[in-house]
Amino acid sequence: MSVRRQPPVRFDRVADRSTFAEQAMEYAPQLYSTALRMTRNRADAEDLVQETMLRGFRSFETFSEGTNLRAWLFRILTNAYINRYRAKQRRPVETDMGEVEDLYLYRRVGGLEAAAASLSAEDQFLDLFTDDEVKAALEDLPDNFRLPVILADVEGFAYKEIAEMLDIPVGTVMSRLHRGRKAMQRALYSFAEERGLVNQAD
Amino acid sequence: MANCNETLKELEPYLDGELSAEAREHIHGHLDGCADCQQAYEFHFELKEAIRRKVSNDELPDGLLQRLEFCLREDFDGDGTVAGGVNG
Repeated sequence: MSVRRQPPVRFDRVADRSTFAEQAMEYAPQLYSTALRMTRNRADAEDLVQETMLRGFRSFETFSEGTNLRAWLFRILTNAYINRYRAKQRRPVETDMGEVEDLYLYRRVGGLEAAAASLSAEDQFLDLFTDDEVKAALEDLPDNFRLPVILADVEGFAYKEIAEMLDIPVGTVMSRLHRGRKAMQRALYSFAEERGLVNQAD
Repeated sequence: MANCNETLKELEPYLDGELSAEAREHIHGHLDGCADCQQAYEFHFELKEAIRRKVSNDELPDGLLQRLEFCLREDFDGDGTVAGGVNG
């Protein structure tokens, strides 16, 4: 059979790799979703996930048992994205977004109350915003803010894990998350304004 | 117990589960007795939850899983070469 064609030492390795591939494949949907938010493009996102799986597969020997496979794969994904897309630019993009006041959206909730009243009972207040608007608000953030927000708010990684993935200090992760989140809130609010959802009296 | 300013300042690490047990307890104690901060906390909790929910619903493109499985199968010898190359 096909097994007999494999040298015995190879067989063990293949069995391990097969297990790895099976486990890694479970994370494909999450990796794809994150890749899509990073690249903002389906074809690039698919390529990025493929590159991540192959890199993971090839460096599988360096993955140690007991390490978090999910965090390990996301680290490979993040590095692949940074290498591939930042290599096109001479310097990493470290865009600033200007200051946004704290609690930006929360302080403006009053202006959205009339619009929120029209929502059906099952909807939450934040369902005022469409999925596409939330995706756009996230994707419009500059790289250095977008990556921490994706990794923390969408994928739920800890500050320390994000710091390792992005190779920046934990304090930088926190400040970028803070500013990235506020910028997203401002973007969401301006979508609401554009759609005429904001109560003029406020 | 924390005051309002401290609570709002620590709201994000609190929501992210990044505070020490002691610091958590300070914030928690304040939220219990302060309706304004509790309301701000709930808003940001729901906002974070809504963002996660609304951006995590992408459908996997047709054929992506098969493509990945094919790649891994072809690369089983680990020599770094894949039929068709990494970029298709």
